Amino acid sequence: MDAIVAEELQKRYKAVQALDGVSFSVREGEVFGLLGPNGAGKSTTVRVLTTLTQPDSGRAVVAGEDVVRHPNRVRRAIGYVAQDSGVDWEATGRENLLLQGRIHGMAGPPLHARVDELLGLLGLTDAADRVARGYSGGMKRRLDIALGLVHRPRVLFLDEPTTGLDPEARVAMWVEVERLAAEEGLTILLTTHYLEEADRLAERVAIVSRGRIVVEGRPDELKAGLRGESVTVELDETDHRAGEAAEVVRALADTSEVKVEGHHVRARVPNGAQAIPAILSALDGRGFPVAAVTTARPSLDDVYLHYPGREFAMEDEEGKQ
Amino acid sequence: MIQTVRQTGWMVVRQARNLMREPIWIAMMVIQPMIWLLLYGQLFSKVAPLRGGASSYIEFLTPGIVCMNAFFGGSWSGMAMISDLDRHVIDRFLAAPASRLAIVLSQVVRAGVTAILQAMILLVVGYILGVRVHGGVLGFLVVFAAAFLLATVFAGFSHGVALLLRREASMIATANFVGLPLMFLSSILIGAALMPGWIKGVSRFNPVNWGVQAARNAVVFDGPWGPTAVYLLLLLAATAATSGFATWSFRAYQRSI
Repeated sequence: MDAIVAEELQKRYKAVQALDGVSFSVREGEVFGLLGPNGAGKSTTVRVLTTLTQPDSGRAVVAGEDVVRHPNRVRRAIGYVAQDSGVDWEATGRENLLLQGRIHGMAGPPLHARVDELLGLLGLTDAADRVARGYSGGMKRRLDIALGLVHRPRVLFLDEPTTGLDPEARVAMWVEVERLAAEEGLTILLTTHYLEEADRLAERVAIVSRGRIVVEGRPDELKAGLRGESVTVELDETDHRAGEAAEVVRALADTSEVKVEGHHVRARVPNGAQAIPAILSALDGRGFPVAAVTTARPSLDDVYLHYPGREFAMEDEEGKQ
Repeated sequence: MIQTVRQTGWMVVRQARNLMREPIWIAMMVIQPMIWLLLYGQLFSKVAPLRGGASSYIEFLTPGIVCMNAFFGGSWSGMAMISDLDRHVIDRFLAAPASRLAIVLSQVVRAGVTAILQAMILLVVGYILGVRVHGGVLGFLVVFAAAFLLATVFAGFSHGVALLLRREASMIATANFVGLPLMFLSSILIGAALMPGWIKGVSRFNPVNWGVQAARNAVVFDGPWGPTAVYLLLLLAATAATSGFATWSFRAYQRSI
């Protein structure tokens, strides 16, 4: 059975078409990653699925309930950890959790026991009775996750769970999510713009760009879908003719998807070891000083760059405004 | 319904507890009303006609200052909503089965309860300065009701504005713009008999003045209770109206996200 079904979701905010026909489904017990840059529509998708935002059209069913027709039934079944922490700074960790439980209709000893359990699970027992204002970023984030879990939801939404965390806290968060998925049998929908994160945590990912799902599948399938390897040629830093060098590479027989990034030229080839001599001799023949050459098997990074391509960089700029 | 009442209770507890953790806020809540009372009490104490039938100006002034605090407190209470919006606490509640009404009502009720506490402090300070509540137990209840209702009338308005503007600077400007004129268009500081005709006319429609009249009847005059009850009912109606406005603004906020 599918825990989340989104069909042709559309949402427009004044001049911006935030969602332009988003469709996907997540199976029960699965960890699903929505991947894309800021402003692509990931958060809006999550806000529709968590009943915060009404879609203009389309349909979404979460935990068997329609988000528009029965929002309160959906709310009881889901946990939502928003991109921006929703922790009440002036309350202690325990007070935050108790109130959240009460909103979900929990009370008495079972509520207190659950709160103690979560504080322990997320390593907040020692800080439980301190005001959250003094928590570190990682602690606030773990409290956010605990807030999303108090009522034992069936589906958990994690919107950019590691944004703003230092690398150490990020890895700790990954371990946490992996354990939740394994032990609590939760369905988890995770959004992220870190490929590494989606690659590590998600069983399936969908790449979102400009309010649409561009591609969807298991990370290894997506990587396999990119035949061949990538070759990156680094030109001497003093040389500013990367664009011309790219033209030379593009003219070769086996190269595709040639891109320029600073003084790097990237290309996709069927076989790196065979392609490198031809690339080098072509560049050398035209007098381009090559500083280094690397080849790599496809990573989710390449999937990310392959599908929406250069649009991403532009969108990221828009997203920041 | 029961769920809404229960959730409102828990959310009032949350806000009250959070405020209790702000030492400056507590100091302001306790000291500011006393400063008003002592400052204005001294300033106008020699002007006999001001006191309009009361035995001393401080007796005349005390119910006025109770009301002034209540409506100022209410006017500023929307700041808490802006802070909750900024911290995304409201969104967290919205994605949970929290009663929408409880989210708004709890903030309004909290403003009202704060006003009652301040009224108690003011009556104690007043007592030390010789002010007696001539209306007895009923008089105390009327003063607390007036303080509670005045605070909720303006808290409803303040939250409605906060949810529409969602910015602290705009909120401060609005609170000042509305608050000070309403204070001077009421009989907080001087009796109605001394007001220019047009101010007297306008003050009849000023909710602040309804509260002041009710509280003053209770403290200074021991009635009449009929008109006092009418003032309180008018305040109740105004609270319903402004809370309705706040709820409508809350829906507008939800539609905008």
